[in-house]
Amino acid sequence: MSSVAPTRPAAESAAPVPSPSRPRWLHVVGLLGVVAMGFTVWLGLWVTPPDVFQGNLARLLYIHPAIATVALYWVGIVAAGGSLLYLWPRTRSLFWDRLAASAVEVGVIFSALTLVTGSLWGRPVWGVWWTWDARLTSTALLLLLEIGYLALRRVPADLPVRARRCAVAALLIAVDIPIVHFSVYWWNTLHQAGTFLDPGFKIHASPSMSWTFLLSFVAFSLVFVWLLGVRYQVEVLQDAVGQEELEISLAERWSEGRAGEALAQPEWSGEVRPQPEWSGGGAAP
Amino acid sequence: MWHDAVLVAGKDLRIEARARVGLWQVVPFAVLVLVLLAFAIGPDQAALRHAAPGIFWVALLFSTVLAIQRSVAVESGEGTRDGLRLSGIDPAGIFLGKAAAVGLQLLALQLVLWAGMTLLFDVRVHVVWLAVVASLLATVGLACAGVLYGALSAGLRVRDTLLPLLVLPVLAPVLLAGSKAWEASLNGAAASGTQWLKILVPFAVIYLVVGIVLYGPLQEAG
Repeated sequence: MSSVAPTRPAAESAAPVPSPSRPRWLHVVGLLGVVAMGFTVWLGLWVTPPDVFQGNLARLLYIHPAIATVALYWVGIVAAGGSLLYLWPRTRSLFWDRLAASAVEVGVIFSALTLVTGSLWGRPVWGVWWTWDARLTSTALLLLLEIGYLALRRVPADLPVRARRCAVAALLIAVDIPIVHFSVYWWNTLHQAGTFLDPGFKIHASPSMSWTFLLSFVAFSLVFVWLLGVRYQVEVLQDAVGQEELEISLAERWSEGRAGEALAQPEWSGEVRPQPEWSGGGAAP
Repeated sequence: MWHDAVLVAGKDLRIEARARVGLWQVVPFAVLVLVLLAFAIGPDQAALRHAAPGIFWVALLFSTVLAIQRSVAVESGEGTRDGLRLSGIDPAGIFLGKAAAVGLQLLALQLVLWAGMTLLFDVRVHVVWLAVVASLLATVGLACAGVLYGALSAGLRVRDTLLPLLVLPVLAPVLLAGSKAWEASLNGAAASGTQWLKILVPFAVIYLVVGIVLYGPLQEAG
């Protein structure tokens, strides 16, 4: 962890935060992600044939399940694991805290995308944008929980305090998710049988379709890792900038204080405190 | 731990008995939610009766947020939290005590809501044991999860706006399971209601255990 050196900088000539040296592997992952995503788009839109039943709608199959997998599993594993490792005294390091926070923030994007792509698919197939299906409902609740975590994270605090607070919140959310899952599952399926096609299990079609389907998981996972890495770097920079700003405003406050003392002393000595205007002639009539 | 819990719960309840914030603010608020939701649904007696369990639980959830905020506010002034921390009381005891105090208030509140529901919506609880068991389990879950999130938001300047956002989605399973269990007990269909206890039991147990374990680290973070 390279943070800004805690020397007090002069207010004006504060050195800009050094731009991060992004590790080489992150570039590689990003590049691979772009390539895999390009192939997915090409295969998904041009090469694969339209589905027998759903026509071109089935092409959503090449993005929606992959996005949902990232949103539910990868994000969950990184966020919960990072928080747990932060709280564990032996592995306590801000690295885990930042990693978990980055995962949740990327997770918000992926959860929202899951809902949007699912909604786009649901409108023509089910006839509605939204239905109170168990998976939809639990994903929506997951999104709200993640937004709550990010709101908590934005509350200013010292870094270790914030890290501990957020790690506990993440774990509390993590234990809630299975319960949310089961409760909405029962809620929806107790009275009526599930009538929905599950898009994840319909890939016994042409080989090009299943290959594209598999490739999409690789592509979105790579994109997830890349986003996670970039977001982690941004998190490091944000903390550094926050520290820098704190130092600067502290320095300003110090110099203000000293200048104020120097100015105030001779002016006030021996002079009568000026009276406010209204205190003299207020009751003339 | 248990002795400390009794001490803390007694302290909170004594403050509550003297300040009467719960009695004069939280209880009227809960009844107000009942009435407002009835306005939103309309005067159709059948529809109201159908929606009654949901209304009951929504009112209870909102009131839980108020009760939690109150429970946090009691500890927020004049370095009270530090005092509590320095007193050598086991953090798990503090957690259990505060949860017990909140839980007892919530139970009293549910009695009022039940009476209000009977009067306003003309519903009758047919399977009493199911409703009572569901309420007890849900109360444990609500109080434990609520006190945990209250502690999480305790030192924050924005806690009053942040707490509902954090805690309400987490409590959603209780709302679902509780209202379904009550629906079953209103309709006299015990068999379909008991299944929902399988949500309420793990929720209560998990947050009870997690609270006992995590309340200490959480307090240090505040």
